[in-house]
Parts: sequence; structure tokens; C-alpha cells
Amino acid sequence: MKPTDTTDPEYFHKVVDCQWGCPAHTDVPAYIRMIAQGDFSAAYMENRKSNVFPGILGRVCDRPCEPACRRGRVEEKPVAICRLKRVAADHRDDISDQLPQAPEVSNGKKVALIGAGCASLTVANDLAPLGYEVTIFEALQTTGGLMRTNIPQFRLPPKVLDEEIGYILDMNVDLKLNHPIGSLKALLAEDYDAVFVGTGAPRGKNLEIPGRYDSDRIHIGIDWLESVAFEHIKEIGKRVLIIGVGNTAMDCCRTSLRIGADDVKVMARKPRGFFKASEWELEDAEEENVEILINHSPKEFVIEDGKLIGMKFELMEYNVDENGRIDRGTVTGEKIIPCDDVVLAIGQDNAFPWIERDIGIEFNDWDCPVVNETTMMCDRDGVFFGGDSAFGPKNIIWAVEHGHQAAISIHRYCQGESVADRLPNGLNLASQKMGMHEWSFSNDYDGSERGLMAHVDLKERFKKIDIEVELGFTAEQAAREVERCLNCDIQTVFTADLCIECDACLDICPVNCLTITQDGEEDDLRTRLAAPAENHDQALYVSAGLPHTGRVMVKDEDLCVHCSLCAERCPTGAWDMQKSKILVPYAKDELPDDQPLPAAGSGS
Amino acid sequence: MSYISKPKVSHPGLPKNKLGLTSRDYEGSVSTLCAGCGHDSVTAAIIQAVFELGIEPHMLAKMSGIGCSSKTPTYFVSQSHGFNSVHGRMPSVTTGANAANRDLTYIGVSGDGDSLSIGVGQFVHAIRRNVNMCYVIENNGVYGLTKGQFSASADIGSKPKKGDANNQEPIDPVSTALSLGATYIARSFSGDKQQLVPLLKGALMHRGFALVDIVSPCVTFNDHEGSTKSYAHTRQFYHHVIDIDYIQPADEIKAAYAEGEAMPLEMHDGSTIVLRKVDKDYDLTSRASAFGYLRERFNAGEITTGLLYLDESRAEMHELSGNVETPLSQLPFDGLNPGSAELKKLQNRYR
Repeated sequence: MKPTDTTDPEYFHKVVDCQWGCPAHTDVPAYIRMIAQGDFSAAYMENRKSNVFPGILGRVCDRPCEPACRRGRVEEKPVAICRLKRVAADHRDDISDQLPQAPEVSNGKKVALIGAGCASLTVANDLAPLGYEVTIFEALQTTGGLMRTNIPQFRLPPKVLDEEIGYILDMNVDLKLNHPIGSLKALLAEDYDAVFVGTGAPRGKNLEIPGRYDSDRIHIGIDWLESVAFEHIKEIGKRVLIIGVGNTAMDCCRTSLRIGADDVKVMARKPRGFFKASEWELEDAEEENVEILINHSPKEFVIEDGKLIGMKFELMEYNVDENGRIDRGTVTGEKIIPCDDVVLAIGQDNAFPWIERDIGIEFNDWDCPVVNETTMMCDRDGVFFGGDSAFGPKNIIWAVEHGHQAAISIHRYCQGESVADRLPNGLNLASQKMGMHEWSFSNDYDGSERGLMAHVDLKERFKKIDIEVELGFTAEQAAREVERCLNCDIQTVFTADLCIECDACLDICPVNCLTITQDGEEDDLRTRLAAPAENHDQALYVSAGLPHTGRVMVKDEDLCVHCSLCAERCPTGAWDMQKSKILVPYAKDELPDDQPLPAAGSGS
Repeated sequence: MSYISKPKVSHPGLPKNKLGLTSRDYEGSVSTLCAGCGHDSVTAAIIQAVFELGIEPHMLAKMSGIGCSSKTPTYFVSQSHGFNSVHGRMPSVTTGANAANRDLTYIGVSGDGDSLSIGVGQFVHAIRRNVNMCYVIENNGVYGLTKGQFSASADIGSKPKKGDANNQEPIDPVSTALSLGATYIARSFSGDKQQLVPLLKGALMHRGFALVDIVSPCVTFNDHEGSTKSYAHTRQFYHHVIDIDYIQPADEIKAAYAEGEAMPLEMHDGSTIVLRKVDKDYDLTSRASAFGYLRERFNAGEITTGLLYLDESRAEMHELSGNVETPLSQLPFDGLNPGSAELKKLQNRYR
């Protein structure tokens, strides 16, 4: 194989699985170490740099980092990364003086952001400090978008939302509430230099089966959650059926329990394992005695005397093939389940009735605008999309990343530069050696199991709709959990010229990830390693030929626990532990070196 | 040494032996030797060999004397028996232990100082008695524990870190063992586990005295230019004569060998050693020709390695003494100690 080029930032980035898995590339191990050192404010700011809403995401993030976490490969459960994010947010001091601020003088460029959700707010966060005049247009009477209307208060308290959104609005952002945009054409006619669309995917999917329009007790999930959030709806019947088993369904069933229901069933068409909801959201719902019924396919609403009395389902049976694919299923019977209300939570669509089709924006077969995945710009120059409105429903952390990328594009566009020509990721490596056997980080493997989140008592939590169920980690839990992190960003860096092939590193490695062997092609090499290297998604490190024998050092990065023992046992310093900092560019990094961030306004 | 011990976490795909144990279960405490010491690699090879053989840890006895080498039994198979004896006295202590319990597998780990200087008499007589044991010499040519003075195995002309080159004849443990009639003699290198692990397996399973002399560089005092026991020098002058594969009684010979290049040899316990003949002219059953070959290669500056001599026919200590099959440790007390009346009777026979 060709010797691995470790100067390519992407190589070490990929070793940091959590950061690689995070759409916004949050430097997870770095902030976990800050928590370990008790510096919660620094941990919060490290988070904020990439994900902008640590307090919010520390509660409700989809956590793509956790399935990616290497800890889950050497033992059962990954590090509770998301909970630790909340620890940083909960325990931070006043960080307002560390926040970016708008300069006193604007740069003369005006940007309109449509929708006050996480995508637009991220764009504002990145552009306002550069001197842009940012205006946010929001149709509702409040900010936050789906974060506020669709995530129930018992999961995400409004105070947390207000605080973190406030940080951004305080950067001289002009917020226009109750200001729906009815025509993009009209907005484009105004004197904005760029327009960003962050309007989400606001249309809940309907279920067109008999009886759908014969009762007013059938609700569209996301609309219903919004009405509950704004207190337009304050109660629901005793028996509620939730159709669908995604995360919105979980929010619907748990909300029902808090406004009058006592018998809530979630109706799933397919068996477990094919649910869309995150495992932890399912757990939380089931803890509240929500029943999940599988293999029930909705057939019709049962209406008697104009009143909804139940719902008829087809009972399904499925075959799953050896690749885990499920067939369309066969109907084995029918069943009526009585109920007072039905909430439909079967997905959501984008909807752009307010974008004219003749203004140079191309729409695809699904009636969604065609958006460039790198630049976030559509076919019409100067119009950018992000969040669910760009590529359909994803999640908050993706919306934030879209916002960062759109902000870079908007900046480049407004400066008259090509939006496609973007800064690459950078890499900084720094040795962490502090002494013969001392490292700047806690290198020993801690065998503790993943901490469990404490919840408010099952009776207590239903008393009010806004009692936050998760209590957050205790100090002891946080102190233990941070030690579970394997510090994957502290890389094993090898210098082939120094190696005397004494085998010390091979012998000490607890997970057998090192091998010295004859060079070969990757498929062949993988069969000749000290232990099976079966995860082909994780690259092999291959050194240049070693000085004594010409063999190569091969490292399977897959299971390395970054314990530093290879570097401690190396007599020549051929192995070193070096922290890799992936330098992810943001809009502010586009400023030329001789033009630092504009000075903050004195009054802001 | 390191401040942390080797983490207990392991690769989920680690193979298991016939006892259901992984190689991790055969480890000991973390080494306190210098980073890069050849002895640590020998330790790793011993762990691998004992793991692959599926020896029950409580049926293994690890014996040693004094020196860097003699510290190493601490670093493998924690769950086994062990005896750390006086300097150079490992062979006699092992002889005693083996006399008392012939059912255990004995591995003695010694060094060039422990075996070729202070304990050379003990070494010689353990061979003479053909004690059933695997005798490992971790040979680095210096006294590492006392700051690197030349040992009895230092080659003429080998340079120390500071001071004059050695000018005394070295004692070669392999030639010595050959002349004394040891029945399994091998030499290897700590940096070549592919060769070393099968040699150790054969030695552990051989009936009788099995010597494995291992060039094991002292990374602190004898790994510089001019040393003849450094990693670089050993690699440069390393000469394979006969490598082996060790195949356990129940296993079939799976590897493909080119015709005429491999010779299977059945061992006393029913296992097989397949000789992979690197040098076809070498005859490992003839002491005379082995001796001549070794001298010739030595004079050419080469380090001859592999299985260099094998004799499965010679009786080991218990057979020579006509001892009972049952380990003495398991005989009933009455049988072992017939009482003072019987002792008087015995003594009367000599009056």
C-alpha cells in the first residue's frame, strides 16, 4: 500500500469517529476533557463554536456521534456525549463576554433570513459579527421554529431556547415576528444582498383513508404539537392512538399523557427494528407506559353518529430477508381499536407555496428546490437554503451545519467571490508528552459503564406539561462519564525512520491493533494483522518501509483505545501521542489575515 | 516501565484456545523493564506459546533466578505457580520442584549472567540430569541490572557503550548444551516471534531438557553500533537453519509444504514438529555435524537460529531414576513417610 498521508486532515479527522459522525464536526473529545478539568464554560464555548446551541442540543440532539463512538466497539455502550454537552451548558458560568458581537459599523451588506429556526439563527450567528445587517422574518409570534413548536417543553424548557437564541439576537439582529413571507419574488425585489431560506419542512403528512374528514378528533402531529405549545389546545381524550413511530410520534404520545390521556397507544405498521424513532426516545415513552403495538396498518377511521369511536387496522405479517430487508407484508386479519383521538405522526414534507416558480429557482420531482450540497445555493444566485427546507426533514444538528456552510457562501457571494471556492479543513498536531510516562490527558482506560440519566418521578412529571423529565447528570456521574472517553483525537503518530522493530508497541497494545509485516495490498494486509480488521470504513495506517527490514508498521485504527502505551513502551520515540485539532473553517475565517474581526460595538 | 497497567479491554475478535481463554488471560503484571527491552518480546512470545498450547495456568510453573531476565516471569501467566530463586540457582530449584511434581509444565527463564556466570554449574547439571523443562536464556551479552558490564556471552570484539572492546572468549549456551547432551536445543531472536513461538511450543512439550537461547537485545546498554547483540546487528547476521511448525496431537497438518522441504517428526506426547528446512544439508539429529556447522557459521560471523538439535529418545530425569508415575506431591503421606521404624530398617542395611 501507499504509506498513509497523515498530513491530510481528513485522515486523523476520521479517527475521531464522533467528530466525523457529527454533521457540524463538534470537537467532542476536546470539550469532554474541558469538562473533566471542571472548565464548563470553555466546554460550552468549544461546543458553541460548531453547534451553536449546546444547551438545546445537549437535550434533544439526534446524536449521530453516539452510534459512531468507538467506545461502543470495545464495550456495549458509547460515551454519553449528548448528556455531557448538557453538563457543559448546565454548569457554565456567565459566558456573555466571550460571545461574538456585532461591530459598531456595518459592512453595508444586507441579508434576509426567512424563518427563525436553527438554520437561520446559525447564519445570523456567523454573519452578524462580520458586520452584516441581518434581518430574520418569522411567521409565528416567537422564535425557534420547530425546536419550540414541536419539541415539548418537558424535553426542552423554553428558558433554554430563549437564552441561546437570545445570544444571537443580541448581535444586532433585526427580528421581525408575525411576518410571514408570502412571496419570495417580492422579497427579492427589496434591497437585500442575499436571501436565506430556513423555513423547515412544515407540512405534516396526511393519511387519506375512509373517515379522515368525518371527525375533528383526528390531528396532524406537528400542527397539534404546535397548538399545544401555544396553548391553543389544552386537553385531549382519555384514549389516544398515535399513528407512526418516529420521534414526532414519541413527542405526541408523551404530550397526550400530560393533557388528559391515560391510555396512549403508538401504532406501528412494521415490527421493532424498523422504527424511525431513536432508541432512547422509545425508551423514554415506554417508561411512561405508552404501549407500542406493532404490525398494525391503518385501514379506516370508525365513526359512529358523527363521533370518532375507534380505528380499524389491518394486522400484518412480514418476512425479513438475510440482508435485514423487510417485504411489503401480508394482511392476516383486521382489528378495531377504540379511541377518542387520533394523532397522525407519519412524517412531514417541504412546502413552498410562497416561492414563485418563475424566478429562476429550479424545483425537482418532489417539488423541492434544487440546492447545491456544498454551497447551499440554489440555481438563482444569491438565494440560499438550509435546514429541513434544503433537503427535506433531517435534524437540528444538520440544520446548524447547513447554516454554517450557507454563511460562508453568503459571505463569499456578497464579497463578489466564487461560492464554490472554499477554504479546506486544516490540521494542527501537537505532542501531548509531559514526561517519561506522563501525558497531558487521562490516558488510562476507565472501565466504568455508561451513566444512566435520572428522571423525574413518574407521578410527579405528569402534574404540569413543562416539568423537564431529565434531571441532567450529577457531578459524580459527569466526572465518571468523562473518563469513559477514549480521547480519539489524541493520535498515535508514527515516525518510521526511528523504529528499531523491537516489537514493544505490538506486545503492549491491549487491543492488538499494531502489526509489523511485509507490505501488500490492503485486502491482503487486512488478513495478516495481529487481530481481525473487519471494519473497512476505518482506514489502516501504513508506514513507510522500516529501516532495518523494510517491513511496514500497520495500525488498524478501528479499536485503538488511545491508552498511549505504544508511545510509552517505544524506546526511540517512534510513536508519539499528538493531539489533532481539525481546523474547520467558518465564515469568519474567510476574512483576510490582515483584516481581523471588526471591533465589537460599545453599546451592544 | 509505565505508570498505568495494560487496560483490561481487549479486541472482541480475539481467538480463544481449547480452554476458551484468550491470550489476554495468559498475561501477567505490566513490565517494569526498560521500554524496548527484548525480554518483553520474549514474554509476549511465551504468552502466545502457552496460550496456543492451551496449557491450564495452574499446571504451569515458572522458575527464575536473578537479573532482568529473571524478573520476567512476573509478566506472564499470573495464575500459575512461580519461584524466584537465588542468583543462578533456578536449575536446582526447578529440579527439586520437578522431582516433587512431574505433572506440571516447567518453564525456567534465565539470562546470560544467571546461567553462564554465577549459575553455570547449575545449568550444566540440569542438562546432565535431563530435567524435563523448557529452559529459556534471554541472552543480551551484558549485565543490564548492574549497568551494562560484559557478560560471559559477549563476543570478542563487541564494543561496550563506553570503554574497551571485549577480548575474552564467549560461552555459547547452544554449543555447551550440545556437548553436554541436551535433547532439544534451539536459538532464536526476540524480534522474530514467527520463529520463536513454535520453538517455545516445541520446547514446552519436549520430554526432557529443552534449551531455547534467545538473542534479546538490551536496549539501554547493548544496542549501539559495535555491539554484536543489538537489534541491528542481529537482524543483519541472522541466519535461519531449521524453522519449525509445532502441531498438537489432535490437530492435522494444514499448512502446505513444498516437497522435500518439510519433514514431520513425531514427538513423545503424540504431537508433531514439522521441520521447515531452510538449509537442506543441516542434520539436526547429529551432534557432531551440528557442532561443526555451528562453529563454521560462528566463525563467519553469523547467528545460527532455529531448531538446532533434537533427540526424542533419551530418558528424562524421572525415567533415569525409576520414579513412580504419580507425582510425589500426590502420593499418600504414609507412602512418602513410612515412619521411624522403616527409617531404622533402612539405616541398618548400611551399617
